[in-house]
Amino acid sequence: MASAPRNIYDQQTHNKFLTVVVLTVFVVFVGFLGLGFDVFVLSYGLGNGSARGLPLPLATIIAVCVATVSAIHSAVNGDAAVLASATAVPVSEDDPKYRQLVNIVAEMSIASGLPPPKIYVIPDPDPNAFATGRDPAHASIAVTEGLVERLGRDELQGVIAHEMSHIRNFDIRLLTVVASLIGAVMLITEFGTRIFRFGGGRSGRRSGKGSGGAIAILFVLWIIALILAPIISQLLAMAVSRQREYLADASGAELTRNPEALASALQKIADADDPTRSIKKGTGHLCIADPLGREANEHEGFLAELFGTHPPVAKRITLLKAMAYQHG
Amino acid sequence: MVLIFVFVLLLLAVFWAIMKYNNLVTLRNQVQNGWKQIDVQLKRRHDLIPNLINTVKGYMQYEQETLQKVIQARNAAASASGVADSAAKENALSGALSKLFALAENYPNLKANENAKQLQEELASTENKIGFARQFYNDIATKFNIAQQVFPANIIAGIFNFRPSELFEVSEATEREVPIVDLNLKK
Repeated sequence: MASAPRNIYDQQTHNKFLTVVVLTVFVVFVGFLGLGFDVFVLSYGLGNGSARGLPLPLATIIAVCVATVSAIHSAVNGDAAVLASATAVPVSEDDPKYRQLVNIVAEMSIASGLPPPKIYVIPDPDPNAFATGRDPAHASIAVTEGLVERLGRDELQGVIAHEMSHIRNFDIRLLTVVASLIGAVMLITEFGTRIFRFGGGRSGRRSGKGSGGAIAILFVLWIIALILAPIISQLLAMAVSRQREYLADASGAELTRNPEALASALQKIADADDPTRSIKKGTGHLCIADPLGREANEHEGFLAELFGTHPPVAKRITLLKAMAYQHG
Repeated sequence: MVLIFVFVLLLLAVFWAIMKYNNLVTLRNQVQNGWKQIDVQLKRRHDLIPNLINTVKGYMQYEQETLQKVIQARNAAASASGVADSAAKENALSGALSKLFALAENYPNLKANENAKQLQEELASTENKIGFARQFYNDIATKFNIAQQVFPANIIAGIFNFRPSELFEVSEATEREVPIVDLNLKK
């Protein structure tokens, strides 16, 4: 193995910590946008003593409150939003078509010693899968119809084991929070840019006269934050998910003791190069393979490191095959 | 001054002992629970087998002997007592079942039967669940054993009479071979 996988308890602690960091950064970021709105649009704290200035940074307070509520909401109910956006429907246990899937999930829940997750199916012919939820007791696994149809029993088991590892490591909490916050950031920045176009220009000019450099710097930072936020949040999602795929592959193989089945499943998923249309932008980093089938994910190097949500499939397969060889 | 120092040290030692003891108790419960999970799956297999026999016997009239063997192995396993006895009889049952599945390959009508397919899937899954439950049991039992054997926790384990759990082992070389059951019904 190229890098020794971190011990899973470290990984759990690390993921829980990162989740808190991401949520905090989000609240601070939104608060900052609110502050900009206060200063440039509502003329708060510009020191010109006019009646226009509000006694409180109203927009900042509202923004922080709304951001906190939506951050908590994303941590608690993010999975529902992610599942709904992928048009996932819960599987009924009696459906003979999905009986095998239900059985396999039960097997992996026994193998990992975790409570059985809820199972969802996404009506999409392209094979893909993801797990979401806040902790192992509130976790869901969603697979596309294409995955169930194309993979054999062992391969499906490999994929479910991979998802089960994401659940066990608390990757799901972090990745789900990131997914719902990406949505929120996009909405907010869209809204912010519009406000700026309407009102900002006017009061911006006025403030430029009296208040000096500090305001100007704040103004520049504010604009930059507004423009770059969606891009930065996407890059963050990519970086966060990429590292976690190798570990989930390895610990998934440890559950099934059958790394070759996961390798051949990944091959089949990669060979089906149609994009997974049901999976929207902003949730791609949750999936076992990039739903867009982007080129960047098939290469190594700096650009791929920056823009790929997933490590190259070929490399993942090589690592899994090496594991199979070691097992004998 | 020295008295206070000794007292604090003693207090720390007691705290440590309580923590270790609780840790060992938690692990012991997990091990017991892991063991029960294996039983649950074994019971499920015993319950499924009569259904399977009823479904396949119409198709496999010429395999009465094999069917009989499966039923016998099932009854023996269901009435087994003790860990070693149960393990041996369950393994014999796995062997008999895999033979039955191998023979079933020769009966295209049977393979086309929806009910038989379902039963095969259920049994295959149950076999897997038994395997995974044992794997999980072994993992957790190993953890429990290590926790009570390392120094200085072994002192606590000794005082409170913790015993190492037995691991699931496949005793004979022939049983080490995983029975190959081709249940790949998806073509």
